[in-house]
Amino acid sequence: MPSLKDLRNRIASVKATQKITKAMQMVAAAKLRRAQAAAEAARPYAERMSVVLSNVAAGVAGRADAPRLLAGTGSDATHLLIVCTAERGLCGAFNSSIARLARDQAIALQRDGKIVKILCVGKKGYDLLRRQFKDQIIELVELRSVRQIGFNEAEQIGRKVLSLYQKGEFDVATLFYAKFRSVIQQLPTAQQIIPAEVTAAEEADGAKVIYEYEPDEAAILEDLLPRNVSIQILSALLENVASEMGAKMSAMDNATRNAGEMIKKYTLRYNRTRQAMITKELIEIISGAEAL
Amino acid sequence: MAEPFSFELVSPERLLFSEQVLAVVVPGTEGEFTVLKNMAPFMSTIKPGVITVTPVSGTSQRYFIRGGFADVSPTGLTILAEQAVPVESLDPNLIATEIKNAEEDLADATDDEAKSAAAQKIAQLKEAQAALAH
Repeated sequence: MPSLKDLRNRIASVKATQKITKAMQMVAAAKLRRAQAAAEAARPYAERMSVVLSNVAAGVAGRADAPRLLAGTGSDATHLLIVCTAERGLCGAFNSSIARLARDQAIALQRDGKIVKILCVGKKGYDLLRRQFKDQIIELVELRSVRQIGFNEAEQIGRKVLSLYQKGEFDVATLFYAKFRSVIQQLPTAQQIIPAEVTAAEEADGAKVIYEYEPDEAAILEDLLPRNVSIQILSALLENVASEMGAKMSAMDNATRNAGEMIKKYTLRYNRTRQAMITKELIEIISGAEAL
Repeated sequence: MAEPFSFELVSPERLLFSEQVLAVVVPGTEGEFTVLKNMAPFMSTIKPGVITVTPVSGTSQRYFIRGGFADVSPTGLTILAEQAVPVESLDPNLIATEIKNAEEDLADATDDEAKSAAAQKIAQLKEAQAALAH
C-alpha cells in the first residue's frame, strides 16, 4: 500500500507528463497545418507534370530508343526500396507501419530470388530495418536539420537515385511513404518511380492534340524524366511530413487522455487513503476516550 | 488588340501565378518566344532566364526562372518551373552562386558531354544575369 506521500508524488509526475504530451500535441497540430498547406501547394505541379509526361510518353512508348527511365533496363533482378520515414519517434504506428510494408516487400522480393537494396530517408526507418537488412541498406539520408522540406532536398535524393541507376546498381525503384488521408488515418504506400509508371493519356477530349516539340520529343523526355523522379520524391516527403504530424497529434492526444485517466484514478485512491486514515485516527481518539 | 488567355506559373513548392493574361515572353532553350492566345499547341524546355507577363491590366511582371518546361495547349499556357522568383524580390547573389556552381561542375567534368553541358549552363546563366541587369 503506497503512502499518501507516494501517491502525491505520483500524481504530480503524471501531471507533468500530461503537460508535456499536451504541448507536443499542440506543436504537432500547428506543424500539421503547415505541412498540409505545403503538401497541397505542391500538388498542382505534380499533377501538371504527370499530364505533360503522359502526353509526351504516349508518343515515345514502345519505341526501341525510348529513354531507360521510362522503358526500364529490361530486367527486374535488382530492386531499390526507398523507405521514407520520420526523424523522430512518438508518433504512434507511423514509422513502424511504413517499415513493415517495406520489410514485407523486401522479404517477398528476396523469396523470388531478387536482389534487394534499401535507401533509408529518415533515421527511424533505418533503426527499424537495420537489424534485419544490415547488408541491404546502402545509405541513410538524414533530414533532421531540415526545417522545411523543399525541392532542393528532394532533388538531392533524386540525384543520388539517378546516379545509382545510371551505374546500373538497380533496375526497379520503389518509394515507400505514408499518404495523408486524415489526422487519424495515414496510408502506408508503395509507389514505383523507376521505370516511370505512366498513366495512359486521357482521350476524353475527343481528338488528341498534336503537339510540336522544341527540341524534339526524346530530348524533352530526357529532361522531364529525371525531374519527374525528384518531384515524386518531393511529394512523397511532403505527404510523409503531414502524415507524421497527424500521427503524432493523435498519439499525443491519446497520451494526454490516458494521463488524465491515470490522474483521476490516483486522486481517487489518494482521497480514499486519506479518509481511511482520518477515520482510523478518529476511532483511536474515541476508543481512547471511552476507555477512560 | 490581343485577347486574354489563361496562364499558370507553377513551381514545385507552389502555384505562383494563375490569371488571364495578354502575352507571355518565354526564354525557350532554342530561342525566346512570345505566347499569345490561340497558339498552336507545343512544348518547349526553358533555359534559365526571365519571363515577362503582360496582364490584362496594369504593368508587365517579370519572373526569374531556373529551367523548366512550357506547355502551350489550346486551353492556355502552363509553365513548370524548377524555381521561379519575381524579379523584384530576386537576390542578385542567387545567380552568382549558380554560376559558381556551374563553373565548379565544369572543372569537375570528366567527359566531353558533361563539359559541354556545364559550359552551356554557364552561358545561359550569364545571359540571364545580363538580362536582369537592365
